[in-house]
Amino acid sequence: MSFTAFSALVRRDLRLFFMDRRAVIMSFVAPILIASFFGYVFGGASADQPASRIAVAAIDQDRSAISKHVLAALGADKALEVKSADLEAARAAVRGGKTTVAVVIPAGFGDGAAKSLFRGEDKLRGGDKPEMQLLYDPSHNAELAMVRGILTQHVMEAVSSEAFSGGTGGTGGAGPGLSMSFSMPYTVREEAVTARQGVKYNSMAHSFAGMSVQFILFMGIDAGVMVLLLRRSGVWSRMRAAPISRFTIIGSRAASSAIVAMMILCVVFGFARVVFGVRIEGSFAGFAGVCIAFAIMTAAFGLLVAVLGKTPEAARGIAILATLLLVMLGGSWVPTFLFPQWLQSASFAVPTRWAVDGLDATIWRGASFTAALGPIAAMLGFAVLFGAIALWRFRWDGPA
Amino acid sequence: MLEVRGLHKRYGDLVAVQEVSFTVRPGEAVGLLGPNGAGKTTTVSMIAGLVTPDAGEVRIEGGVVRGETDPLKRKMGLVPQDLALHDLLSARDNLALFGALYGMRGAELRRAMDAALDLVGLADRAKDRVSAFSGGMKRRLNMAGALLHDPAILLLDEPTVGVDPQSRNAIFDNLEELKRRGKTLVYTTHYMEEAERLCDRIVIVDHGKVIANDSLEAVRRLVPGVNVIEIEIENPGQGAEWYGGLRALDGVDSAEWQGSLLRVTMRDLTETSPGVLEWLRAHGYRCVHLASQRADLETVFLTLTGRSVRNL
Repeated sequence: MSFTAFSALVRRDLRLFFMDRRAVIMSFVAPILIASFFGYVFGGASADQPASRIAVAAIDQDRSAISKHVLAALGADKALEVKSADLEAARAAVRGGKTTVAVVIPAGFGDGAAKSLFRGEDKLRGGDKPEMQLLYDPSHNAELAMVRGILTQHVMEAVSSEAFSGGTGGTGGAGPGLSMSFSMPYTVREEAVTARQGVKYNSMAHSFAGMSVQFILFMGIDAGVMVLLLRRSGVWSRMRAAPISRFTIIGSRAASSAIVAMMILCVVFGFARVVFGVRIEGSFAGFAGVCIAFAIMTAAFGLLVAVLGKTPEAARGIAILATLLLVMLGGSWVPTFLFPQWLQSASFAVPTRWAVDGLDATIWRGASFTAALGPIAAMLGFAVLFGAIALWRFRWDGPA
Repeated sequence: MLEVRGLHKRYGDLVAVQEVSFTVRPGEAVGLLGPNGAGKTTTVSMIAGLVTPDAGEVRIEGGVVRGETDPLKRKMGLVPQDLALHDLLSARDNLALFGALYGMRGAELRRAMDAALDLVGLADRAKDRVSAFSGGMKRRLNMAGALLHDPAILLLDEPTVGVDPQSRNAIFDNLEELKRRGKTLVYTTHYMEEAERLCDRIVIVDHGKVIANDSLEAVRRLVPGVNVIEIEIENPGQGAEWYGGLRALDGVDSAEWQGSLLRVTMRDLTETSPGVLEWLRAHGYRCVHLASQRADLETVFLTLTGRSVRNL
């Protein structure tokens, strides 16, 4: 083996690698960025930053000492953000994804729970125990388990405290020397809040929404890079020489990107419907509106890519990085509720968050067309912004 | 037909084109000559509307071309230097797209495509993907794309770049046919022999300026020596200027040593060439071959700019 040739070839490869901005960005910056993001989301970057708290709605229909005790304890828990609400508002908030769990303490709960504490399981049947209801967002199963555990702790504390202090009379019939057996003083009925009663949550819905958003954005990158490649070719010169406006040239490019994006959405959700039974449980018009708005936003994003870099290679590298950021922040990879609180708020500043939320809302949350107008308006707003920047920064003049 | 007035374009500190003006009459073939970077392509780009000039204007049939959608642009067809083709589409699909840019469709478009494909000799390959074409075929299809809307003026920006001699001939046959049909041609090239073969008039551009603009014959007359003799010397002298004494002879305009050839330019072949040969004999240089030719554009360019067009 010739060492001279070998080392020259290695040097050549290294030089070419470092001259390829896309390769450098993807190889060095992307892993650092993504690792930092996931480390931050799952591990917490700093003790100073407030952790994300689970949004809980509390519906106290009992208004007993025990229910007040439970709600006070829940409110004081650092893991939860508890708001009082009425049942219908709480259900709507859970369905809309604004609240993760609604805790419904029914009338008579305190009295029944205290009495149930000292009765053995053998003396009870489920119907004898008071029943607490949890309405939960089925896409947040992990949080439901956490709320359930915290709730059990606070209910047991409250019931025990009240029972042993005699306030609720739980020990009233049990004098010293009586044999007593303890049991869970209440039962829990959990209800996944979906589009409507009887509709089961299909976890494929969020998965398909997230991945559609991600890969359509990648298609948008290709569309933008193609504009740059086209600009290098004689086809661009021929288009510019024809008596057509720049709007025709660039608008047609945007329109074709939007059409491809729509086709991808149709095929992907068609597959999800046929194979995994993902149904549009909300407004179909709303779903279509979200899809169209996202397709238009993608087209504008493609145009933005075309002005990001001077060369197709540079633009592709930057755009892939930007897209990875967008899909991470938008909740395509991990649900946004896992983000720190500030990041959850910040994620509304990226269009992908609106796209994923909009698709989730119209597919399985049962959102109405009116509810879909928010995401639609937000994405169209981004489309206008991206399109305006692209038109402003686009280099029209170029040699034949 | 086409009037270019005072075109000026600057890119930062670089002045690409300054005060370029010329006129092209109907049916005339004008060669825009100059080395790479002289400003030819920028000039054509401004004429075609691809680049907005900083100053100056382009008139077609008396009307100033204004804006992207000016109908006057329909009178021009551009054959860009870079291939204007989509490789994955068929020849016919490519042409259909370019016709549509000029609002053509239906039977009108089909007829135009058939005629253009016939002219460039690709009718039998109309349905083939462009990716399967040779370089020469792509160049011919590239030209066909500019003919669909039947423009009166064809702007051809180095349309023979990178093609073999056979394909170049085929392209020239097409261009000569278009010229016979009365098309006005503006042809940029740095191949002098191409301009000599095709063009009625020559505009020479260097450093963004027009340095000559006249008929082929008139441009040839710009050089002091209109005849060149090339002499192959068996035993050339040592030193850079061993032939320098030739320049002092009566009637000799220039003398250059190029490789193994001595090039001597003169106005009068009969009067001057014997003196040149006598000088060589007297100094002991043996001539093994001699040829004479009229001054070509290469010589004109060399004389006007002091540089060879091919070396730039």
